Amino acid sequence: MKRQIKVTINGVGYSHEVEPRLLLVHYIRDVVGLTGTHIGCDTSQCGACTILLNGMAIKCCTMLAVQADGAEILTIEGVAKDGHLHPIQEGFWEKHGLQCGYCTPGMILAAYQLLQRSPNPSEAEIRHNLEGNLCRCTGYHNIVKSIQYAAQKMAGR
Amino acid sequence: MTTATRLFGSAIKRREDPRFITGKGTYVDDVKLPGTTHAVFVRSPHAHARIKSVNTAKAKSAPGIVAVFTGQDVQTGPLPCAWLLPGIKIPPRPVLAQGKVRYVGEPVAIVIAESAYAAKDAAELVDVQYEPLPAVVDCQKAHAKSASQLFDDVPENQSFDWSIGDKAKTDDAFKAAAVVVKQRLVNQRLITNAIEPRACAASYAPATGDLTLWVTSQNPHVARLLIAAFVLGMPEHKMRVIAPDVGGGFGSKIPVYNEEVAVCWASKALGRPVKWTAERRESFLTDAHGRDHLTEAEMAFDRSGKILGFRVATHANLGAYLSTMGSLVPSYLYGPLLSGVYTIPAIFCRVWGVLTNTAPTDALRGAGRPEATYMIERLMDLAARTLNMDPVELRKKNFIPADKFPYQTPVAFVYDSGNYGPALDKALEMVGYRKMREEQEKARKNGQYLGIGLSTYIEACGPAPSSVAGALGAQAGLWESALLRVHPTGMVTVFTGSHSHGQGHETTFAQLVADDLGIPMEQVEVVHGDTGSVPFGMGTYGSRSAAVGGSAIYTSLQKIKEKGRKIAAHLLEAAEGDLLYEGGKWSVKGSPDRAKAFGEVALMAYLAHNLPQGMEPGLEVTSFYDPVNFTFPFGTHIAVVEVDPETGHVKILRYVAVDDVGKVINPMIVDGMVHGGITHGVGQALWEWGAYDDQGQLLSATMMDYALPKADQLPSYETARTVTPSPVNPIGVKGAGETGTIASTPAIANAVLDALAPFGVTHIDLPLTPSRIWQAVKAAKK
Amino acid sequence: MYPAQFEYHSPASVQEAISLLGRLKDDAKLLAGGHSLIPMMKLRLAQPKHVIDIRKIPGLSGIKEDGGAIAIGALTTHYAVESSSLLKQKCALLTETAGTIGDPQVRNMGTVGGSLAHADPAADYPAAAIALGAEVVAEGPKGKRTIKVDDFFKGLLTTALQPDEILVEIRIPSWPVGTGMAYMKFPHPASRFAVVGVAAVVTADGKKVGVGITGAGTKAVRAKGVEAALSGKTLDAAAIKAAAEARSPQQGFLANEFSWR
Repeated sequence: MKRQIKVTINGVGYSHEVEPRLLLVHYIRDVVGLTGTHIGCDTSQCGACTILLNGMAIKCCTMLAVQADGAEILTIEGVAKDGHLHPIQEGFWEKHGLQCGYCTPGMILAAYQLLQRSPNPSEAEIRHNLEGNLCRCTGYHNIVKSIQYAAQKMAGR
Repeated sequence: MTTATRLFGSAIKRREDPRFITGKGTYVDDVKLPGTTHAVFVRSPHAHARIKSVNTAKAKSAPGIVAVFTGQDVQTGPLPCAWLLPGIKIPPRPVLAQGKVRYVGEPVAIVIAESAYAAKDAAELVDVQYEPLPAVVDCQKAHAKSASQLFDDVPENQSFDWSIGDKAKTDDAFKAAAVVVKQRLVNQRLITNAIEPRACAASYAPATGDLTLWVTSQNPHVARLLIAAFVLGMPEHKMRVIAPDVGGGFGSKIPVYNEEVAVCWASKALGRPVKWTAERRESFLTDAHGRDHLTEAEMAFDRSGKILGFRVATHANLGAYLSTMGSLVPSYLYGPLLSGVYTIPAIFCRVWGVLTNTAPTDALRGAGRPEATYMIERLMDLAARTLNMDPVELRKKNFIPADKFPYQTPVAFVYDSGNYGPALDKALEMVGYRKMREEQEKARKNGQYLGIGLSTYIEACGPAPSSVAGALGAQAGLWESALLRVHPTGMVTVFTGSHSHGQGHETTFAQLVADDLGIPMEQVEVVHGDTGSVPFGMGTYGSRSAAVGGSAIYTSLQKIKEKGRKIAAHLLEAAEGDLLYEGGKWSVKGSPDRAKAFGEVALMAYLAHNLPQGMEPGLEVTSFYDPVNFTFPFGTHIAVVEVDPETGHVKILRYVAVDDVGKVINPMIVDGMVHGGITHGVGQALWEWGAYDDQGQLLSATMMDYALPKADQLPSYETARTVTPSPVNPIGVKGAGETGTIASTPAIANAVLDALAPFGVTHIDLPLTPSRIWQAVKAAKK
Repeated sequence: MYPAQFEYHSPASVQEAISLLGRLKDDAKLLAGGHSLIPMMKLRLAQPKHVIDIRKIPGLSGIKEDGGAIAIGALTTHYAVESSSLLKQKCALLTETAGTIGDPQVRNMGTVGGSLAHADPAADYPAAAIALGAEVVAEGPKGKRTIKVDDFFKGLLTTALQPDEILVEIRIPSWPVGTGMAYMKFPHPASRFAVVGVAAVVTADGKKVGVGITGAGTKAVRAKGVEAALSGKTLDAAAIKAAAEARSPQQGFLANEFSWR
């Protein structure tokens, strides 16, 4: 039996009838049409589907859309505000923190939460906090640099 | 043009990034076509079985179902193998299984429904009855009279028996040797795992007969040619292949795959778009795997440590069928690399290509070259230990001297340029080699086991030239195309036949063009990945894009400037020979005010009001550049690790990489590729393993089991370069996409085994997992 | 990957959830954080006809002191445990253990109760719960009952919970000030599950010792031999080495080098 759900994504309210088995990532990509959130591994290792759900970074391939009923969601499409890149996005651009771009939205949202919780992380802390996000292109080297850049920028340094 | 602000050589931020960092990239799964149907494949759970029956009746009545097709319906040509070796047997590889299945995951039926969920439900209702047959997994065991055979007409499962080098001369070298080191080496099977899974969407327009395929491909034109002409048997020009943003390839997106053909066929049959996106489990089971060699290798030395000969016998696991480049990787991308950076008077290499009940193998970052380099560099370290020499000294002693280039190896290659000593010295200096050895000694006394591992590697990029490749069995050319379209306003669109799936061509190629034309980068746009707009091109693999694709662009640039100069000379009423092109304009030597800007000339080319007598209007050039040789990047990588013998845990303390990739267009992008390449090779050294059990079931079929490198297992890398331009192409570049992977596996392996030297452990097979290290230490202690 | 169809229930109270469980029996699965169940459903290794989502039931999450013990609601996330100042102060073993589970995103969703009830043989909490001598509170149609952690894990993915019971709370007894606690694990490089994980709790006077081991068998176990060898001893290097040698015989490692189970 289908269920009615209401969610707010990037500040916009949505309401749909969905099958209970519909994964949140499919809801975001195929029902709402925001395709910046990617699917990489299906088993919650790669983190390409990372979004913020009520302020917490989660892997939305391992969540049902019905579980998100009533939630506030931030996806990659909502990270830049008023046409201005977020410092993390800027960091990834400045420091070449991406190549094919596929893992990037998830990386940016994982970094988003990290810098909320720890505004001035050490390299080890950054690397530890990226353990839920896989990248096959960059070897993480420049992703670490990108997040360091963002941390500095956000601290106004 | 030697000003400091040249675009060529500058670390310019990538122009593709704004769309990726805002979630606006367009990957194949993001393409939503009206009326799309969704495909799910029914796959074999058996490694080897006869199909007794396929009953699709229940599935055909499932909710939301559109169609179910089996191998009986989908009658097409077999998927081709594009490299023919002498005497090779290429058994037919059907799009959907015909009568038999030969690896777990082989597609048996395609189920198409209104949604992917519905297709998945219906696929569970397809009833396939199998009669299981004995499976062969190990390629040495499969290569025997008594082994179960995959194909009746392929005895001993041998597809080919290939060799290179001089056997008699090599055997003689071993007879004269003072020291011979010998090792059985396993180059384990890897699974590529680009983070974007494979996907395809086909849309056939019955009214016009046009077929469009969006596909995760590194080479859309090759895909079009093979699918249209060889598999589906339809006119090539009625098919358009688009490889939009592609989320990493690393070789796995070179081959033509069953699913891509099946969705095309089904879209034609149904007159509706059909889309398929791999689940990660399907990626594990059906993406072309890489490596999987079993090798007996031996190297002969004289008393002073000079190499006399190198003898290699390899069983290469091809999987159940020959993938598109399945025969090339373990032959011509492997044997000719065996001279490494060393003077080796005699080499002989024999390779048996063997079919087994596993996923087909093909290119995986490095493709053949990492297998060769791992072997050479492992043997060099084993030899250094046997000869009681420092591994650095042994390498230096055998380096091909800088004055010997171009250098003819005994295994076909002629190295273009090289200067191996300075790269090694720079790496030694960066790591502080002497001091590091002292630290290692001190640490050992405290029960800490540090290891220092070297790898002085060579790589061969941009396979070439086409005529030679053809003589060696290639069914394709190895050139690249570049169409430069100068618009009337002086804007330039570059259509390149190479394809970017992370390499940043939209930036580097724009740099190359803007630099050469002396115009702002903003005036240059790069288009790739669409057979509908780009001239036939070969795509991106083998680190060829800059060396071959870039050279094609350069060639077009010269032709554009040649025509431009004629127009400018005509307009300026000057002799062509008196004109100078600089800063985006042609001027008369000695009177810089008499000048015509690039844009003015472009406009006149299209206005055509005042062109030289007999000149055609327009300013547009297509070039097909066929390189005269490969390029040969090289370098030295040094890893410093700490091994805990109690747990077998390996910690990478430092990683130094000095690469020589010739001239560099964008150092930021090259560094990034080096970082990623190193990481891929570290993965092979320590964690990654596509392991099958004896029944042919893949044990590492999810990312919960197959260990990809993660951020917290790696250090930041210390990188530097030496620059030895390639003389074989006009821009002096070599290639950088795979060097890191080729170099890092042996560097890490050598470091780990160096750390374990006090225990008397000389060799452990890849991957160097904690349990293997722990067991080796335990066994050595006994 | 796409789960099979099921009916979704979101009860508002524990009682309602229990009665659903009683009615639907084996056809139903409880959903908390979902990080064990949903991957199984996506792989279609689990195809429950009914899913009972208990995540939004009020009152089942939170960490508080309660009669000398620390009570942790079943739906408390790993992140809440990891970042709890109360636990950092009173039971650092749990914050340390929680911080090693999965990755930050998984820790935001996964719950203490879900992890214990799933009884994965390579999960981290069970070792800590055993070392700490925790108790598990289960609620069923007849009300609540308390199960000692030693009686809770029965075997591979099996616990002492009855089919119509819900794990609602974990209770950690209080340990004296100055008690030493640590969790060390050797993680599988891919899944980050414990190939082996050891939690140890030792009072300053060495009289009371708890050691739990996970990952090394079909279920987490108490290392009784190690505990006996340490109890009452001065904790010098020799005593610790001897205790480590006295580890209880295990059923052998389940994990091998390429597969975590």
